[in-house]
Amino acid sequence: MHRHSLNPKRRLVQLAAALTANAHLPGFATGQIYQGPVKQVCVPFLNCYSCPGALGACPVGSYQVMLAMPGQAVSLYVTGVVTTAGALGGRLVCGWLCPFGLLQEALARPSARRVSLPRALLWIKYLMLAAVLILPALLVSSATGLGAPYYCTYVCPAGTLEAGLLVGLRDAALRPLLGPLFLWKVLVLAVFLVAMRYTYRPFCRTACPLGAFYSLFNPVSLWRIRHDAGRCQRCHSCRDACPLQLAVERSPNHPECVRCLECIRACPAGALTFTARPVPQQEPVDLKRT
Amino acid sequence: MQDQRWISYLLATAGIILILVGLARGEAADVMQKAVLICLECIGIR
Repeated sequence: MHRHSLNPKRRLVQLAAALTANAHLPGFATGQIYQGPVKQVCVPFLNCYSCPGALGACPVGSYQVMLAMPGQAVSLYVTGVVTTAGALGGRLVCGWLCPFGLLQEALARPSARRVSLPRALLWIKYLMLAAVLILPALLVSSATGLGAPYYCTYVCPAGTLEAGLLVGLRDAALRPLLGPLFLWKVLVLAVFLVAMRYTYRPFCRTACPLGAFYSLFNPVSLWRIRHDAGRCQRCHSCRDACPLQLAVERSPNHPECVRCLECIRACPAGALTFTARPVPQQEPVDLKRT
Repeated sequence: MQDQRWISYLLATAGIILILVGLARGEAADVMQKAVLICLECIGIR
């Protein structure tokens, strides 16, 4: 396996997205969340709206909260935002925009790219997606008639990090209310933080409902990875460069691919492109004759 | 293999229509109404 440096442009875009989504800098000093008009903008990635810096609304939290309200239905606005993002780029959002994805990459050791996860774990994120989609309307309190954002309540480590630690622990009024549920959430966060060190993007791959949603769009998104079998030299440089070790030449738009596009940078023959246009296929190279 | 770009266009159009209908129903204001409050569940308070 050859050494492959990360794309600095992608890192810059990730940083810019994280800073833009959390540009309410006074909030980090005061612990007070932003309450201005931009909060009605739903961002297409996981970013807790109770993060003191958050300018926009998290689609997972917003969707669940609206579904949990009595007499409310599916949020068309939120569904539309994530559907449009998925239709355009699939998991491009995960690889280039998501601040929690950036955190996971920043914490990972170089060897984390070679650590695979059991396939069964990869299916958990689809259960999480199903839970987000239906549980707030399904499990309703008989006393209040209200559901709850169950994913945020019991799982979301981004919420624990951004809201729990940055707001909950600092707020004198909230601190006495922190109990076993908070400790559970901190434990979940801790497990993921440790996992982030030793394997590539464990949260995206196992527990992110948005990652699960966008993964369904990877094969059909407008912008997708196109493989030109005619140019391909079967050198597997793409597979070596892929942080998930995916067989890019066989499945260039695999559901697990977060579209970091390192495979395209690594291909010496230019056989891979990320484009909205179909790529004219050259005749496959006969490797026996070359 | 046929390039199935029509599926992408269909999904993107459906997404944009959903956004517009949602906005027309006042959902952005609903989202904001919730998002300006501290999410106790996100913190781990019930």
